[in-house]
Amino acid sequence: MSIELRHVSKRFGSTAAVNDVSFTVQDGELVALLGPSGGGKTTVLRMIAGLERPTDGDLLVRGERVNDVPVQQRNIGFVFQSYALFKNMTVFKNIAFGLKVKQWKRRDIKARVTELLALFGLEGLENRYPHQLSGGQRQRVAIARALAPKPSVLLLDEPFGAVDAKIRQELREWLVRLHHDLNVTTLFVTHDQEEAMEVSNRIVIFSRGNLEQIGTPREVYESPVNEFVARFIGVMNVLECEVWGGTATLGELEFPAPGIPDGQRMRIGFRPYAVQISPDLAQYRHLATLRHTFFLVGVLRLELESESGLVIRARMTKEEYAQLGLADDCRVSFQIRNYRVLATESAALGPEQHVPYPEVPSIGENI
Amino acid sequence: MSGAAKSRLLAQRTRGHGPEEGGLARRFLIGAAVLFLTVFLVLPLVNVFWQALAKGGRAYLAALAEPDTIAAAKLTLLVAAIAVPLNTVFGVAAAWAIAKFQFRGKAFLITLIDLPFAISPVVAGLIYLVLFGMQGYLGPWLDAHGIRIVFNVSGIVLATVFVTFPFVARELIPVMQATGTDQEQAALTLGASGWRTFWQVTLPSVKWGLLYGVILCNARAMGEFGAVSVLSGHIAGETDTLPLRVDKLYHEFNATSAFAVASLLAVIALLTLFVKTYLEWQQQRAFARAEQAGSAPADNELPTRDDWL
Repeated sequence: MSIELRHVSKRFGSTAAVNDVSFTVQDGELVALLGPSGGGKTTVLRMIAGLERPTDGDLLVRGERVNDVPVQQRNIGFVFQSYALFKNMTVFKNIAFGLKVKQWKRRDIKARVTELLALFGLEGLENRYPHQLSGGQRQRVAIARALAPKPSVLLLDEPFGAVDAKIRQELREWLVRLHHDLNVTTLFVTHDQEEAMEVSNRIVIFSRGNLEQIGTPREVYESPVNEFVARFIGVMNVLECEVWGGTATLGELEFPAPGIPDGQRMRIGFRPYAVQISPDLAQYRHLATLRHTFFLVGVLRLELESESGLVIRARMTKEEYAQLGLADDCRVSFQIRNYRVLATESAALGPEQHVPYPEVPSIGENI
Repeated sequence: MSGAAKSRLLAQRTRGHGPEEGGLARRFLIGAAVLFLTVFLVLPLVNVFWQALAKGGRAYLAALAEPDTIAAAKLTLLVAAIAVPLNTVFGVAAAWAIAKFQFRGKAFLITLIDLPFAISPVVAGLIYLVLFGMQGYLGPWLDAHGIRIVFNVSGIVLATVFVTFPFVARELIPVMQATGTDQEQAALTLGASGWRTFWQVTLPSVKWGLLYGVILCNARAMGEFGAVSVLSGHIAGETDTLPLRVDKLYHEFNATSAFAVASLLAVIALLTLFVKTYLEWQQQRAFARAEQAGSAPADNELPTRDDWL
């Protein structure tokens, strides 16, 4: 089911929770609404559900305006952050609730609930009460309950917020598979960029009620439209430089700034992967000490301290790290391959600049 | 959950963690409390039954079987049967509005609900007397239309409703606030009407608090004296409730009968306490079960792809 928001705003009293937001979700998409808390993403989800009314703008489902359609008639499945399971009902009755409301036949209800129990790995738990379930089980009951009446769209508010890290990872993969197999249009809210990147087809990024960018995970990572997105999605080094004689300088780092008057400040941003490192001190232009190595899953994050005391974050694979023979506190040389000139937080980003360093032979060629 | 039940639960939790060395102070405090309760509560209560039965079981039963006493008992039941359901409906509605919605004047509404607790019952009775009495503002007009409130059953009901007005609402507001609105909203997204949501989701989740409030409301409705006394007119067999009857018998120097009727009220009070304790115990069991949710069974393996196709 396609969903469209046209210039939708929501104000609570004098505070604007959502400010002139427009985007479209296509049939069968899996979309993440991502942003820091207070960004307005949950309000957007609740407006789509009909739990909040937009102050301004139109909400369209399959091209029809649904602003005034009450929540009961929107045919959506909503999974609350707290799961909101009916405490006084068993798992079976929880899942059957929406079907009873829609006056399904008793036999059909039993068949549908049994089907969902199997689908969600909840067999044998149908007579338990919510307090007798684990966090992951509760969440699956909540999703099963929302899906039972065959909604045309599934909305999830921070679906993985309340479960521990290991289960969260499994649930993410599981949600992707579920979406793939059921093919129901799904929107979920998260403040975890990694989760959004991993799970969704497209990401809608919010900040302070504004829609900052919408795109595939790859698009928002590689072509962020502004500094907020660039810093929110992944890690970015940001340097505050001062321009003198057409060059922006901070410590020993220099970036060309042709035509910019002396004394002006210029902000430079670059991703950790844009930093090249070598144990050969003569190889790159700048010298630094490797202060810390953080072992993330699959990759390593390095923290360099340059001669002038700048802290720069870089990343590489374990293999590269081993090949270069790096260790904490060893001296290295480095250079920055690509960077962007940053303006104010929300202004558009400049294009990525490639540093015209002379091509240096890679390690392989040296040997 | 009621605040009292919650704090009791807390007290149980922390028991045994207190410093042991305060043995003397502890014994003194417990002793003082027990002595106080014995002198001021247990002895008078025992005395009520003692006096009631002083002239033997037969005299006791005869005192209870007096037509005026039976009429008073019937009236008390009637008044409670009207006031309690009214205030239950009102209490649920008020608690619902206060806990689930944001609106202007909410603090004022909460204060208004507390008014009957703050005001002396006699004053409450007088307010109605001034409003509805023959010398009052509305009395002559009502009388002209054949409606009598003062010195009538309707006045007693009115006074009782006023006095017992806060019990249910006061008990439910914290329960409803703690429960939040997520479950109701979930029911709405599943297509349930507001009415269905109320009966199947809201009411079951506050049932202990509601029962607790109703029990307290009922006890007060049956035991109210001050406000009722002002409005009743003390017409024997017509507008006397049990508390008024006790008062009247006592002033007629009919101690045995007075204490016999008083013992009825005492039994109601004891029954109320018993039911209240039982409800608290039930609540605590519900809490304990909810607590166990923290140590709920570990997640089983998630279904594999093959399982769910």
